[in-house]
Amino acid sequence: MSNPNQAMVEKYRSNFLKEVEANVEEGHWVKMCMQCGVCSGSCPLGPHWEHPPQEIFMMIRAGKREEVLGSSSMWMCTSCYNCIARCPRGLPITHIMHGLATYAKRLGLQPKTQPTAKFSQLFWSNLTKTGRVNELKLGLSLYFMNGFANGIKTALKMQDVGLGMYKTGRLNPLEILGGHSIKDTGGLQKMLKKAFEIEEAKIAEYKG
Amino acid sequence: MADMKIGAYICQGCGIGDRLDTAQLANVAKREGKAAVAKEHEFLCNAEGVKMIQDDIDNDGVNHVVIAACSRRAKTDAFSFEGVTLSRANLREGVIWVRPDTDEARETTQEMGDDYVRMACAESKYMKMPAASGEQGLLRHLLVVGGGIAGMTAALEAAKTGYTVDLVEKSGKLGGVAGEMYKKYPAKAPYDVLADNTTGEMIAAVEGNSAITVHLNTTVASTDGAPGRFSVTLATESGSSNDITVGAIIQATGFHPYDIAKLPELGGGKSPDVMDQLAFEKMVKANGGAIKKADGSDARNVVFVQCAGQRSDTEGHLPYCSGHCCMTSIKQARYVKDAGGDATVIFDDLRTPGADGEDVYRGGQEAGVAFSKGTVKGVEAAGSGLKVSYNDKILADDTTIDADIVVLATGMVPASGPNPYIAQDIEAAEKDGNADLTAKLKAEQEAPVTSILNLQYRQGTDVPHLKNGFTDSHFICFPYETRRTGIYTAGPVRRPMDAHQAIEDATGAALKAIQSCENAALGRAAHPRSGDLSFPTFRVEGCTQCKRCTVECPFGAINEDEKGYPQYNEARCRRCGTCMGACPVRVISFENYSVETVGQQLKAVDMPDEFSEKPRLLVLACENDAYPALDMAGMTHQEYSAYARIIPVRCLGSVNTIWITDALNSGYDGVMLMGCQKGDNYQCHFVKGSEMAHYRMSKIDDTLTQLNLEKERVQTYEVSITDIQRIPQIINDMEKLIGEIGMSPFKF
Amino acid sequence: MAKREYSFYPGCSSQSKASSVNYLKSTQTICEELDIQLNEIPDWNCCSASIGYGGGGELPRISLSARNIALSQQAHGQQDIVATCAACWLATREAKERIEHDGEVRSGIDAALGEIGIKIEGEMPKTRHMVEVLIEDVGYEEMQSKVKKPLEGLKIAGYVGCQTNRPFGIDGESYENPKYLDKMIEIVGAEPVEKYEKKASCCGGALMFSEPEKSQALVKDIIEAAYDGGADMIVTPCPVCQMNVEVYQGHINKTYGTKFKIPVVYYSTLMAVAFGRNGKDAALDGQMIRATRLEEIAKK
Repeated sequence: MSNPNQAMVEKYRSNFLKEVEANVEEGHWVKMCMQCGVCSGSCPLGPHWEHPPQEIFMMIRAGKREEVLGSSSMWMCTSCYNCIARCPRGLPITHIMHGLATYAKRLGLQPKTQPTAKFSQLFWSNLTKTGRVNELKLGLSLYFMNGFANGIKTALKMQDVGLGMYKTGRLNPLEILGGHSIKDTGGLQKMLKKAFEIEEAKIAEYKG
Repeated sequence: MADMKIGAYICQGCGIGDRLDTAQLANVAKREGKAAVAKEHEFLCNAEGVKMIQDDIDNDGVNHVVIAACSRRAKTDAFSFEGVTLSRANLREGVIWVRPDTDEARETTQEMGDDYVRMACAESKYMKMPAASGEQGLLRHLLVVGGGIAGMTAALEAAKTGYTVDLVEKSGKLGGVAGEMYKKYPAKAPYDVLADNTTGEMIAAVEGNSAITVHLNTTVASTDGAPGRFSVTLATESGSSNDITVGAIIQATGFHPYDIAKLPELGGGKSPDVMDQLAFEKMVKANGGAIKKADGSDARNVVFVQCAGQRSDTEGHLPYCSGHCCMTSIKQARYVKDAGGDATVIFDDLRTPGADGEDVYRGGQEAGVAFSKGTVKGVEAAGSGLKVSYNDKILADDTTIDADIVVLATGMVPASGPNPYIAQDIEAAEKDGNADLTAKLKAEQEAPVTSILNLQYRQGTDVPHLKNGFTDSHFICFPYETRRTGIYTAGPVRRPMDAHQAIEDATGAALKAIQSCENAALGRAAHPRSGDLSFPTFRVEGCTQCKRCTVECPFGAINEDEKGYPQYNEARCRRCGTCMGACPVRVISFENYSVETVGQQLKAVDMPDEFSEKPRLLVLACENDAYPALDMAGMTHQEYSAYARIIPVRCLGSVNTIWITDALNSGYDGVMLMGCQKGDNYQCHFVKGSEMAHYRMSKIDDTLTQLNLEKERVQTYEVSITDIQRIPQIINDMEKLIGEIGMSPFKF
Repeated sequence: MAKREYSFYPGCSSQSKASSVNYLKSTQTICEELDIQLNEIPDWNCCSASIGYGGGGELPRISLSARNIALSQQAHGQQDIVATCAACWLATREAKERIEHDGEVRSGIDAALGEIGIKIEGEMPKTRHMVEVLIEDVGYEEMQSKVKKPLEGLKIAGYVGCQTNRPFGIDGESYENPKYLDKMIEIVGAEPVEKYEKKASCCGGALMFSEPEKSQALVKDIIEAAYDGGADMIVTPCPVCQMNVEVYQGHINKTYGTKFKIPVVYYSTLMAVAFGRNGKDAALDGQMIRATRLEEIAKK
């Protein structure tokens, strides 16, 4: 698929809600929102959302596809599950937000400089390499996420934390050489490849 | 009745004996109260104490019992004696619990106790035993007006209890609006599906019930009489008439949909594809579930506009919420989804009340009905269809949506008869200088409304309206009770509601109607003095035929006979005494509640002289709210002035101004009237009693001026049952005020 | 044989020389005391926490936990899987539920696991947090009976955080005001901060890395509320909470001009000290902000 976004636009034409229901994790719940706004009021980063969750749901129904998928809002989710715990309608809001974010990223529509979008990918790449998170490498790649100069600056700023962790035996500088790993990394990657394939196929095959 | 013999019984329990000299109280009862018997008892409400009293009644000829113990609201089961009058001196809640237990307070506390014993004896002296008049017999037969779902339910429910029913329906068939439904939302779980319309089964049940006589194409030409003996003339379309006698009446005349032609901005009356919910329902039913435009083509997109011309301040719109319309639109939107179309509900507040409401809403969402929070600005023709423009309130966006059909969720207009009090309301509005309201009421007066019951009552042909044309006397406190005793309303004529609620409503109204018949047969009052046997009579030789009682009775109970004298119809009477309060020549009385029973109490109080620094405050407290609140003040040990003397009254409307004049002449320093909230959000159990009292007291200033007394000495208050702190405060403030303006000069 | 045995999923942060190795150490200590045997799942992998969503999507993410469940079954049969980390517990339990209730997910997972020749057999074992084991299997009474050095005079803010509390939480506890951590504080002889209003607030989680300013603002409130309640230290059951609340205090002080220096410990650390174990066994050496009051008690 050369341009997955264009393919989806054509497939669902004006019905963004159907697209979300078909392709986004827990997307079939979107229509159940009753616009009470408890989620927005319960979110620890609520004030930082460009569009709070209930607005996102309404935008999906109103077909505002680009605004939704291009929004930084979903990336504000800290996965604290407060919205899920409190939603009177029982919507799995956390998962829908993750799902929307992932879907946006899959189509290449996420804001280009969204730090959580980047970090989320870094985290995934880091863990899938050896099957376990390499905290040192993860930290360093995070610092250098926005270029070398920025990375040095951040690294210096974070020196005290790193040093503290090292001194208390909670950071191993030798992890840079490889560090923790599962034995069957090949198997793990094979498994993940298959899972990705199945997910891609599901999105491609849905007929709306 | 044999010679009067007063027996006074003074309780020493609950601390009364520790705080008061009960021997002295017994003395007061004997010497001043003229009690033939006065006994103290350490625990009067126990079996032994009660037996002591009963023995005196049985063996000693005591026929007027005075209990000096707790409040008249307490221990009513223990202190219930057959065949004697009963007065209660409230020594517990009214004396020891509202006064500090200190040496300094002892004297004034005892004086309070002494006075309450004097007052109870004085009341006792002027009480008679009430007895039913025997005016009517038992008639287990009801008239139900309206053959919709509420009327049919009322008829069926009454029939189940062994009552017989005449069911009158103006049109040619039973079923009403509910019969027009394509489907309904279910009466029991699961609620997220649609159910078949079962009105047909109910019609069959009514028609097959031998206890119910159905009169189609029939109206009520005339209604006269009272509960237990209403005589009704039914008129058929063909011109024949039919006289029946019924014990009570249920009016279930339903509603009319608001006229959508009044909503041209929403396309009402401009396009056949803009319709109200009832029209949409009929269209879907006629097409067996297919959604079709007026030209017969299939409709794909249907937009539902909620709160169309209702919940709105705009002139000509309905100010209220009709309750059912959100649920109805959700149901109808599902017809559209089931037919393969798209449905959008544009709402401001989506209200789906009841246990089933939330599931109905979810069911709609699950079926894919789209819900948009927004305000619709306009509906106009666009090509072969319609365009709805609205402001999306979540996205703060002005936007449009295309539609083949637009359904306007308009409100319910009650199918009431003309408001009997319209002329009075106009007069009041004019007096207030409210030009808008006056104009509105005048327009209502001029609009021709057909009477439904054609009551032959002094106060008009139909049941009074409460608000916006709905006929009830209080939506929350006294549902179904109209201001015409023995006539109950149910269903959307009473307040806006859906079919499920109408069924419940009709069941309740049927029960009320049955109670009314049974009470009438025994000569007992209906709500709220249920069971009361006393009823008003008047001294004909004193009556000046001023008609004030017939006009001021809140329940239209009093007619005039051919000579112009009042005719009491006691089965219609609620026993509030508003007529007694109204009578300028004081000829109206109840056996056990009269100008004398109260007047003698207030005169019995010991009046210290002007220089004693012991003022006296008379409190006339409504027994429904003010008096219980005073009792609760006692229970929670709120202190109030030892100079207050409190007399419960049936309703502030029963207060005759002679009591005020008498009190002032006797040397009371202040008079306080405590009644329920009046006005639009009234809490008066007799609807207009408190309002009447306030109006009458506004004229008392002349009396005060004549007596050369300060106006502040007489005050009228609106209180509620929760004013447990406020009422003692009001009394204490009055004591303070008397301290400032000085004692009354009328003490002898 | 130990009194209780579980299949143990330590998680990435509890490995040797990883950020919450002190959690692992102190947990091992209290397990010795309470006669609990933890059987590590062989070759377990990362659960992808919550933050992995951006790269992992739905099925790949769930497959990670599915692999752990299958490996646990292979090695330890139907033993309950126990995790100390909130994210590990949550991800595994969520995966289990999704596999159970969603046929499409189930078949996808079967296919993915099939690639490496393993599978989920029959009913999946229960997935539980260490706190559940302590409260439900051991019980408050038995825990209390092991206390040798009550932590008298210590006032502690019980910071439950998010993922140990939502969406599953501990049975019988409320989302808005869970009480179990306060009870555990009482059991070890210390006094819980009453009405600790940030008890179940979010520390920012993984967004501490990508959105440090926003997350540190949250942590500031969490610490401030603990000080307001008169706390000597904060206790938590979650490694992310522990790290976020402990290690950025210097940064927060710089940004906000505060003077925070409050130790943040695990419940297992408290219990290890109260059970009479030394500072090393309680992993007090893992505190970046030393818990000196606990060190004193441990030395006694």
